Amino acid sequence: MNIVNILEEIEKVDGEIYERLNPRRQAMKDFFNVGKKISLAAMPLALGAMFNKAYGQTTLPTAVVEVLNFALSLEYLEYHYYNHALLGTDVTFTYPGASRTAITVIRDHEKAHVDLLKGALGASARAEITYAMTDFTVGGAFPVYSSYPTFLAVAQGFEDTGVRAYKGQAGALMVSPGILQIALQIHSVEARHAAHIRQMRSTPEGGSVAVKPWVSLGAAGQANDSGVAALDPVYAGEDSTTQATISIPPLTGAPTANDGQKKAAVESFDEILVKAKVVEIANLFLRTGFKL
Amino acid sequence: MENLEDNYKTSPKEADIFDARLERRAFLQYAGAGAAVVALVAAGCKKDRGVYTDFGATLDFKDDTGVLNYAYALEQLEAAFYIKVASAPPSGFTQAQKNYFQDVQYHEIAHREFFKKALGTAAIGNLDVDFSSIDFTSASSVLGAAKTFEDLGVAAYNGAGARLKTPANLVIAGQIVSVEARHAAWVRDQITPGSFADLTSLTGLGASNAGGLDGALSPDKVLAAAKPFIKTKINVINL
Repeated sequence: MNIVNILEEIEKVDGEIYERLNPRRQAMKDFFNVGKKISLAAMPLALGAMFNKAYGQTTLPTAVVEVLNFALSLEYLEYHYYNHALLGTDVTFTYPGASRTAITVIRDHEKAHVDLLKGALGASARAEITYAMTDFTVGGAFPVYSSYPTFLAVAQGFEDTGVRAYKGQAGALMVSPGILQIALQIHSVEARHAAHIRQMRSTPEGGSVAVKPWVSLGAAGQANDSGVAALDPVYAGEDSTTQATISIPPLTGAPTANDGQKKAAVESFDEILVKAKVVEIANLFLRTGFKL
Repeated sequence: MENLEDNYKTSPKEADIFDARLERRAFLQYAGAGAAVVALVAAGCKKDRGVYTDFGATLDFKDDTGVLNYAYALEQLEAAFYIKVASAPPSGFTQAQKNYFQDVQYHEIAHREFFKKALGTAAIGNLDVDFSSIDFTSASSVLGAAKTFEDLGVAAYNGAGARLKTPANLVIAGQIVSVEARHAAWVRDQITPGSFADLTSLTGLGASNAGGLDGALSPDKVLAAAKPFIKTKINVINL
């Protein structure tokens, strides 16, 4: 973990990071010396605590706290979804090939995100979301822990929602450049997850679903390319072909037949999703009394 | 964690370098001598790339235009690479790989053209690329280069996002970087299945596996890494 690098990067956008972290540069040494004694697993928490100290709740703007808590809620959901799939005794499907390893990698990242955000928020962190507060089957509609293809389909929904959610909140983090960069670094990891889950779905065990690693147009030209109509809200607006008033087509070389131009334009840019829409999606998986 | 310690424990010599870096930064700030950066980058580049005859491109990071031109430069590089691959894919490519490289080609063209249109008259010129280090007949060489470009692209956007001052520009950067990350994940899986988000291997680009964080690099570092692939001289000022 190259923390020196992270700090250096933050320094580029926030020249006073070191002063924020501690008025005395020398004190940084103390942190790294302490770091030596902290186990690797505990690092995200320590890192988060350090950022909290730097941009702590006394100085963290309310809007930033809101965004980070919103992100934390989503990370809790993702973490529990994968963690239960790996450890739950009610999981009846078997993991083909290297899929368990891949899901473990993703689960570990989501856990790291939870710890990082919790640490950054400190006392302002929202209450923990436990697995008991969730219902990933949405009242039994999605057999996510008995059907491997269904598990992957919903995972794709989670990851693509996460990508859209972080993107939608980035603007609110501009007041805290260091935190914005961290959020961007989480955002692209979620996109990597999404790409891999989509590839897992395209395997025979995953259901041989015709999805690409990137968000494309649905088979009938609709915004939702997942092949699961229930995921429509996740992809609402993903069929946009205009960015910042600029039309992406015509694209030199891209085919004009079979929506080729539109597909290429749709795939080239992921879309944001506003908070209210993300909350609606997240709430599907939270039990009454624990909704966002 | 030993590395962390090593990194921090600066010897007196390293401390001097750190101070010198600050002086350099101050110098650049007051003198605006971006050429010094180019000279320094060039000094750190072992291979002699020869003398360039074009006038080069200037990236002025004082405002969003500079950042968008920086993105435009990187998208030009990526687009040129994928156009070359897609026009004559390595024989070792599967049909699926040929199809997806074609897809990615369109995406990168879309990004390039978007920035060109958005920047209008403020856009830098067309960059000359140098892909002499890539064997376009070899699937592994092409995949390796694609991985380099995509991972670097992700780190570039992540490291530049906070420089943007206009929210709409940040949104656009976010809309593109996640597509680049999808490319990176897919290309990585073609090389080593399951390596889609091997953040440990991305530590050099600023990633942290323990934090679940992707790469993020400042423009000077990204441009230094991209330099072997770009013939056009790129001047950086106000970074």
